[in-house]
Amino acid sequence: MKRTRTALLGTSVVTLTGLAAFMIIAVVILVMGTIIIGGKDVLTWEFLTAAPTEGMTEGGIFPAIVGTALLVMIMSLAGVPVGTITAIYLSEYASTRSRLARAIRFAVNTLAGVPAIVFGLFGLGFFVQFVGGGMDSLLGGGAGLKWAQPNLLWASLTMALLTLPVVIVSVEEAIKTVPQDMRAASLALGATKWQTIWKIVLPNSLTGILTGGILAVSRGAGEVAPILFTGAAYFLPHIPTGLSDQFMELGYHVYIMSTQSTNVDATRGIQYATTLVLLLLTFLLNFSAIFLRSRVRARQIT
Amino acid sequence: MTTATNHRNKITSRNLNLWYGQKHALRNISLDIAPHQVTALIGPSGCGKSTFLRSLNRMNDLIDNVRIEGDVLIDDVDIYDKSVDVVELRKRVGMIFQKSNPFPKSIFDNVAYGPRINGVHDRAQLEEVVETSLKRAAIWDEVKDDLKKSALALSGGQQQRLCIARALAVDPKVLLMDEPASALDPLATAKIEELIYELKSNYTIVIVTHNMQQAARVSDVTAFFYLGELIEVGETKRMFVSPMKKQTEEYITGRFG
Repeated sequence: MKRTRTALLGTSVVTLTGLAAFMIIAVVILVMGTIIIGGKDVLTWEFLTAAPTEGMTEGGIFPAIVGTALLVMIMSLAGVPVGTITAIYLSEYASTRSRLARAIRFAVNTLAGVPAIVFGLFGLGFFVQFVGGGMDSLLGGGAGLKWAQPNLLWASLTMALLTLPVVIVSVEEAIKTVPQDMRAASLALGATKWQTIWKIVLPNSLTGILTGGILAVSRGAGEVAPILFTGAAYFLPHIPTGLSDQFMELGYHVYIMSTQSTNVDATRGIQYATTLVLLLLTFLLNFSAIFLRSRVRARQIT
Repeated sequence: MTTATNHRNKITSRNLNLWYGQKHALRNISLDIAPHQVTALIGPSGCGKSTFLRSLNRMNDLIDNVRIEGDVLIDDVDIYDKSVDVVELRKRVGMIFQKSNPFPKSIFDNVAYGPRINGVHDRAQLEEVVETSLKRAAIWDEVKDDLKKSALALSGGQQQRLCIARALAVDPKVLLMDEPASALDPLATAKIEELIYELKSNYTIVIVTHNMQQAARVSDVTAFFYLGELIEVGETKRMFVSPMKKQTEEYITGRFG
């Protein structure tokens, strides 16, 4: 009697955990399936290379692809160096008990938990109004707004702030995997601490730094909230030509087409296809991060 | 060098005490190390011999919470004096580690690392230093045809000799060796020992070893450490035949350790 009850409990646990696991797979298949089926007919070469037309109910998403690419590039150029330098400080210079290091770590963790929309509002207040406004009154001399409005630069910097924790954590992990022996060997040869970091530690964590950059990019490419008020445009038939230009972005494009389009039904195919492009882009970036990381691990074994 | 300086001590430690946090790891170590000789530091694990070795090029500075009292003089200069540049000190006092630790670079770049950080970038000059150092470390004939090969592709014994070549390339006067052959097979060990014997005409060598036979084979002077104290020091030949202290005798005859 008791035996069958234990067996029954065992079976139900197996079924329950199995079902839960299956649900995850089912959701992924459902989401991906819906998007692929909805978008596959619209996703053509022309769709990728043409600008939207007819009040964005026709045409392609080329400006949004370029805008997204520029956004993540400038974001990486700003975020990866700052994140790397912070990670170097935390792992190489700060002592484990230092208050400053603890404060930085606390700030990094907090930053990672701040909702994206808060970054968007911060970007509007700090970059657009404070920094941009300051630049205008200094450079322009009251000749009108140039920097004190949403643009590519402010959106990228806001996004860089959002992705900073990702960069710091992955670069710090990479730096930690450089064997202590290697540092000792360099120092024992009369290298300074900075020479050791520059010539031994950083080259050996380069893949980790790249991984951090890619993870940041894939995180950034999927966020809309930080660029809502800081630079993304509803519709621009041309691609941005400078840092003070506004830009279109894939995620934002999906958002406005599904909520603010003049004819939501007519754009449904475009919405699916844009989402598909965004997803493929994110997957591609994530896979390259995984690939790079596995190469680092493989190299560490030898 | 005159005969007078030849007889002067290369390294002198006076009442050296070292603490790791609360742990008193070295107690009143006073030891003279003569130039152009091999001095072996022996003793059971945790006796302080490696700590003492690392205090000679201030590698202990890298560990948090270390406190040092007393003096270490190298060429009559107190290396713990505030005016001493640690980086310059480590160029004069090279170190070979227990586990060979070549950089994941080519053989050439490993040996050229030291000269390069000292600002040597002339290709011909670097090639000359690399060749001389590899020859001195008795590994030139084995690697001369593939200097561009990764150092990690070498065997354990070759890697260790490469590390010795890398240390020699910055032209040190003293070489500290922390159990340099403990991870190697007997053949590779024999090569390292032979090399140590050849190197002592140009360098002052201090070697930590767990291997009594090795200490007996390669060293001129042996110092026995136990529980952070220097128990006995003397000419190796004499020490292994007739140790003066009971603890020394017990250790070298294998009764503990």
